[in-house]
Amino acid sequence: MDLANIYRAEYGRCVATLARLLGDINLAEEAVQDAFTTALQKWQTPPPNPGAWIVTTARNRAVDRLRRESTREARHAQALLLHHQDEPSEVGPVKDDQLRLIFTCCHPALAPDARTALTLRLLGGLEVPEIARAYLTQEATVAQRIVRAKKKIRDAGIPYRVPAEHELPDRLPPVLTVLYLMFNEGYASTAGALIDADLCTEAIRLARELAALMPDEPEVLGLLALLLLTEARRPARLGPTGELVLLADQDRSLWNRTLIAEGHDLVRRCLRRNRPGPYQIQAAINAVHTDGAATDWPQVLALYDQLLALAPTPIVALNRAVAVAEVHGPAVALAVLADVDLPGYHRLPATRAELLARLGRDAEARAAYDQAVALATNETERAFLETRRTDLTRGRRAS
Amino acid sequence: MKQYLLSVHLVEGAPTPSDEEMQTMFRETARINDEMQAAGAWVFGGGLVSPDSATVVRIENGTTTMSDGPFAETKEHIAGFWIIKCADLDQALAWAEKCAAACGPIEVRPFDDLSEA
Repeated sequence: MDLANIYRAEYGRCVATLARLLGDINLAEEAVQDAFTTALQKWQTPPPNPGAWIVTTARNRAVDRLRRESTREARHAQALLLHHQDEPSEVGPVKDDQLRLIFTCCHPALAPDARTALTLRLLGGLEVPEIARAYLTQEATVAQRIVRAKKKIRDAGIPYRVPAEHELPDRLPPVLTVLYLMFNEGYASTAGALIDADLCTEAIRLARELAALMPDEPEVLGLLALLLLTEARRPARLGPTGELVLLADQDRSLWNRTLIAEGHDLVRRCLRRNRPGPYQIQAAINAVHTDGAATDWPQVLALYDQLLALAPTPIVALNRAVAVAEVHGPAVALAVLADVDLPGYHRLPATRAELLARLGRDAEARAAYDQAVALATNETERAFLETRRTDLTRGRRAS
Repeated sequence: MKQYLLSVHLVEGAPTPSDEEMQTMFRETARINDEMQAAGAWVFGGGLVSPDSATVVRIENGTTTMSDGPFAETKEHIAGFWIIKCADLDQALAWAEKCAAACGPIEVRPFDDLSEA
């Protein structure tokens, strides 16, 4: 394992533990960066437990640095370190620390944009330019969001602890949202290349850790299952020339069977708990899609009905309409879509266009494709929609 | 321990609460005050008279001027506030939740604690 991989794997864990030991995120980051710089100079080959080496070195570095400084933060951190003095001198990252840090990063008192950026920076170890690239934002904007969020954590006294059981209903959803958005942005990025594997991998890594830390929270397992089952289909999602391939047309032999098995297993664990939530139901829908040779649409529709009852959002209504079309036909689905309002989202006119095309209402379908193409921001998706529109003109569409 | 300002916001032109609603608000506020005092969180709190009772004092070029009316020409005004002390923001937010149930939206703002260092 080279230093870059160790950095990606260990950075967040080490920062989380140092943040607890020092009581300050900035000091924790500095100490961990110092330790990695030392590692770069000292390691011929990495030690057997690189995380423990980094945490120990970072702690010693922090002690040296704090002794030279006399700011208020330094005095406070020294006091905390003294408080933790009884801990063994060789310490490794503590898993609960990451959980504490993720709840701090996703605290509802922070702006939603800042939560994602901070989580990627502190727990994912991503650099500001990487985050800016992933979200098509200026580096300066991302850097400012992170600085402001860290300042608010310190000034407002956002605690560094795992919320109590009774607080979880308010505090867990923003954490799950951040991981979901991180994955989604990686999977269908707003512009540029369609799939940014790094963000997907990072979201799955963090979701896995969250699931390991909170194995009794079914929505956490549901989110992980949803991400795994979506990720499993990634190899089949783009064709040879990078074009988008719809689920029905995908080469199922390209799907990752290991991830599918793991996802199905998690969905079964959720079902046994019988405490359904939006992520679990979405995972179940994806489990149906990845089960057997073809999708069992009536089952998918039944799950969408359940999801719509729990989370009555226009996006869910739109996705449900696709299942309605498969079960009850395109005419019924079009009627369902008439009540869906999603201004500016290309998938609404795109879905309407598909349904109109299936009904042979080509002129209306063309107009809907035009709308969808105008709204699509991602190159791959726009190219896909243009191809569908062209096929319609040439009368090549069988269905 | 940190200190937080929990401020109650009043929107100008919003319907005035009925007498009965006012009574409930006062009763609930008194109950929250008691609870804060029992928990050792209460530092100070009180309601304010409407913003048109305000006077602004300024010193410009060595001359003191007094002017009628609130400092900021806005539609929202602080109608009352608490100052509380507690360990962290989560505790302050839990108090704010109780206050919001009694008095409407509450802004939670930390005091700069440099002076305590």
